[in-house]
Amino acid sequence: MTKMVARSKSSGATVAVTGIRGRTSSWAAHHRRVAVESLSSLLATWLNSLMTWLVIGIALALPIILYLMLVNVGEISGDWDGKPRISLYLVHEASETDARDLARRLLDRPDIESTSFISAHNALAEFRAMSGFGDVLSTLNRNPLPAVIEIKPSMTDVGQLRLQVTSLAGLDLVDTVVFDLEWIERLFAILQFGERLVAAIGFVLALGVLLIIGNTIRLAIENRRSEIEIVKLVGGTDSFVRRPFLYLGFWYGLGGALVAWILVQGSLLFLSAPVETLAQSYRDDFTLSGPGILDSLIILGAGAGLGILGALVAVSRHLKEIEPE
Amino acid sequence: MIRFDEVSKRYPGGKEALIRVSFELDAGEMVFLTGHSGAGKSTMMKLIILMERPSQGQVFLEGTNLNRVSRRQVPWVRRSVGVVFQNHQLLFDRTVFDNVALPLAIAGFKHREIGRRVRAALSKVGLSDKEKQFPVTLSGGEQQRVGIARAVVNKPPVLLADEPTGNLDPELSKEIMDLFHQFNQVGVTVMIATHDLGLVSRMKRRELKLDHGRLEESAP
Repeated sequence: MTKMVARSKSSGATVAVTGIRGRTSSWAAHHRRVAVESLSSLLATWLNSLMTWLVIGIALALPIILYLMLVNVGEISGDWDGKPRISLYLVHEASETDARDLARRLLDRPDIESTSFISAHNALAEFRAMSGFGDVLSTLNRNPLPAVIEIKPSMTDVGQLRLQVTSLAGLDLVDTVVFDLEWIERLFAILQFGERLVAAIGFVLALGVLLIIGNTIRLAIENRRSEIEIVKLVGGTDSFVRRPFLYLGFWYGLGGALVAWILVQGSLLFLSAPVETLAQSYRDDFTLSGPGILDSLIILGAGAGLGILGALVAVSRHLKEIEPE
Repeated sequence: MIRFDEVSKRYPGGKEALIRVSFELDAGEMVFLTGHSGAGKSTMMKLIILMERPSQGQVFLEGTNLNRVSRRQVPWVRRSVGVVFQNHQLLFDRTVFDNVALPLAIAGFKHREIGRRVRAALSKVGLSDKEKQFPVTLSGGEQQRVGIARAVVNKPPVLLADEPTGNLDPELSKEIMDLFHQFNQVGVTVMIATHDLGLVSRMKRRELKLDHGRLEESAP
């Protein structure tokens, strides 16, 4: 075949464009034209296109919103940098100097990052302020609260933490060690489950988007069957025939991703006030974080990529069937 | 330019469209392909542009054995053959200009070159003033001439026409035939399938006559 092409070129019969640069620029110009034409064909039937964009947008928005929720929950729990706290309740007999001394000595241990000492007096004052039982407390003749050393361990491994708890419990001045290990394990498990769930939902919905776009492109191919036949009759290559449909898929995907992005921003705006009020009762500086610029670009890129992929699937399945008769 | 070597074509279902057809067409020749409807005229043209493959035998185009042309290479064969279809095969949602420009767009011509060549082809078929119109607004004869302009716009060495005067009155038919004659004069190999025998006898050209798939040749 190369023989034939070469010959027909030299005979001047079907010379296309001379020079690689000329060919590349006309190729790029053709791409530009096809891209613009396919977009304007979508905008010409904007109501139908909008429906498709909305469906794709909703399907994409759902896993994105779930993912953002997960990120935000991770951020709240990241308050302790993923590291738990251990509270050492000291025996009542421990003097404040001994207790402070213990807190300082604990700081030297490599498995402890920081300690903070709350004296029995301070603990009582805090309790009085927070609980509203101030009157009841003043009737007691002695402070019922022990001094507490709060420890921030330097590791997160649950097995090591258990060992650390045991060794701390053996210290002379320590009465009880409170360490909510199960809560942490549960939270980690929930976060992990959430990640898997988001991944699974995301996968299923991405598959759905692929099918939606594939089906839409299949209909477009069916609508333009006679055009495809004619293009093939006058020498259109497969990639020439394929191109407008790939661009169609690209615009469907990109438009859908844009809708998804708007939906995500909208729901964040809608949720941010109550969520932040709730979160700030735990932490002062919490703000609901949405997709950043990079995340937004990833969303748009993923949408466009899904669009092209869906179109490719449809095109490879249906274009070969259409041959001029 | 075109050579058939013992070509047979049997369609699924057993219909024998062509039976051991052999002939050769030199570059720059103009021939008529005649015969009753269903005699195999269309099949012959379809074999040349690879819309069909022969059941037996070989078809050569410009020395290339078309049996050896893979599916991916088919477009390049079609670009070297201009075809005028009986039912015009125009894109009805595109202007006359865009219809004629299609083969050039496919071949990757530059925008300016496309405009120049399309206008030349349209002026050749006498439709210069219709380039912005849509095919539906044209008469049958004008649509046929759009089809001819599209077939010749990228200057193919071979021009095939399947019943180009099928639905036209004698005067229009003559105009169309004159056009093909002009293309032949500048060296294009022309093959016209028709059952308008009066026209064929007036043109005094070589005639390939098909009868139930068999070829009977007659000199002018």
